[in-house]
Amino acid sequence: METNGGGGGSAADVSRILSELETLKTAKSDIECRISALEAQLRDSTITTTKNIEDKNDTVSNGSCPLISAVHSNINHDLTPDSVYRYSRHLLLPSFGVQGQSNLLKSSILVIGAGGLGSPALLYLAACGVGRLGIVDHDVVELNNMHRQIIHTEAYIGQPKVKSAAATCRSINSTIQIVEYQEALRTSNALEILSQYDIVVDATDNAPSRYMISDCCVVLGKPLVSGAALGLEGQLTVYNYNGGPCYRCLFPTPPPTSACQRCSDSGVLGVVPGIIGCLQALEAIKIAGAVGEPLSGRMLLFDALSARIRIVKIRGRSSQCEVCGENSAFTQQQFKNFDYEKFTQAPLSTLPVKLNLLPADSRISSKEYKEKIDNGEAHVLVDVRPAHHFKIVSLPNSINIPLASLEVRLPEISEALKEEDNSGSGASLYVVCRRGNDSQRAVQCLQKMGFDSARDIIGGLESWGHDVDPNFPTY
Amino acid sequence: MQLTLEFGGGLELLCESVKIHKVNVDPPNGAEKFIMKDLLSWVHTNLIKERPEMFMKGDSVRPGVLVLVNDCDWELSGQLDTTLEDKDVVVFISTLHGG
Ligand SMILES: [Zn+2]
Repeated sequence: METNGGGGGSAADVSRILSELETLKTAKSDIECRISALEAQLRDSTITTTKNIEDKNDTVSNGSCPLISAVHSNINHDLTPDSVYRYSRHLLLPSFGVQGQSNLLKSSILVIGAGGLGSPALLYLAACGVGRLGIVDHDVVELNNMHRQIIHTEAYIGQPKVKSAAATCRSINSTIQIVEYQEALRTSNALEILSQYDIVVDATDNAPSRYMISDCCVVLGKPLVSGAALGLEGQLTVYNYNGGPCYRCLFPTPPPTSACQRCSDSGVLGVVPGIIGCLQALEAIKIAGAVGEPLSGRMLLFDALSARIRIVKIRGRSSQCEVCGENSAFTQQQFKNFDYEKFTQAPLSTLPVKLNLLPADSRISSKEYKEKIDNGEAHVLVDVRPAHHFKIVSLPNSINIPLASLEVRLPEISEALKEEDNSGSGASLYVVCRRGNDSQRAVQCLQKMGFDSARDIIGGLESWGHDVDPNFPTY
Repeated sequence: MQLTLEFGGGLELLCESVKIHKVNVDPPNGAEKFIMKDLLSWVHTNLIKERPEMFMKGDSVRPGVLVLVNDCDWELSGQLDTTLEDKDVVVFISTLHGG
């Protein structure tokens, strides 16, 4: 639930307002969609009056140049006058020119993920005139996406990212075909979707998806433009291009799950995936336009903080690779049956993990904890999140002892418990974190060290914000 | 001999968040050359301050870590047997998955 600055208003009011907002936003976006469609129709019909446009979404502007212009002006290519004008700055590039643009207009590119990487990639791919642009995403737009997922606008919060991204792409370039896949990519649908495109852009955010997409590209023989970003760093390379390596050639064994950090846990500076996403668009454009040297067999490493970009030479295709190697017989059927979540020990979706490490009597809900406060129960609340999380928001009277330093700071807890114990019958010890996973690990550790009464707050501060205090900021 | 070691993709968190380390190392007793295998055990002993399992597995780096010697994948130079020379730059980088 979103925090709404001012107080007042019952839960029913809030829910009524939210639902009305939802309805209005949907109507607004439908109207905007319709307006841009009609405007596009108007533009097209004034330029190519002979052309009958039924549905702008199915209109690809290549191969449909009216014959009249060819007669009156000597043209040796298939760009429409409208395309010549729209893409004129591309055509003026000697190293790209008519041929590059013409190739681009005939190409099809699939972008998997309409998030931090996919947003800028899609914007440029739509703008530059890729003939058919596919977008895959199962997620909805959230407020905490807006700082980096710049293809989405506030009006689309709560709506599918695919719908939002497609609407923006259409508003930038109504002459290309945009295909929406509002679903999660799985082994069951990947072959069918990817097979319809020339080039695949991996703009996902998790390890199993990366293995799955790379394997699928190998099986189908598609080049893969792969980008990743986290914190203040980014990485980029092109896999399975012209005999180059695939993802598995480089990473035959998946990393331990503890090494797979997510933006929702570790943070990310918005512009960093923006830069990598732009570079992904660039590589895809080079491959589609058949110009330049794609970043195959090389990897770009970007460090935002020190303003350094390093391009390194990586290994070529491995003859031992289980998927693309000489002796590999990885078939479409094997791909369909492969369990990527089991292989990487990580979920394909980005839902946060919910651990269950403790017996029920070692845990209390956030509502129960609220009652303990209201009843004035003597207690100590330890918040085990990292210090920079604690600075964002914390519960009153909680003490911050990050999980990593818990063991060495046990004396502080003993001291606090003694101080709180007014009646002499002992103070209780509660532990909280962001979502209720680290707090369980902390309670395990505390109980081992003799703090038998330690209990964790189920679901952490997220559940406090959800079940107790809707005005408590979540992040 | 002097080497420049760089850690990235989150591996710097294992060495007190310092990304670049200029270090002096010498071949182990009796050996003529200093190879990557020696460097890994040197790094493990001298630079990694926490969770060594996030850096090494067995006598090599853990899965998901790329090792680059002078901007070149160590797979191309002999992996653990790569001979290091004075002023070489070795980069350890963890692959990212975020987006
Ligand atoms: Zn391979």
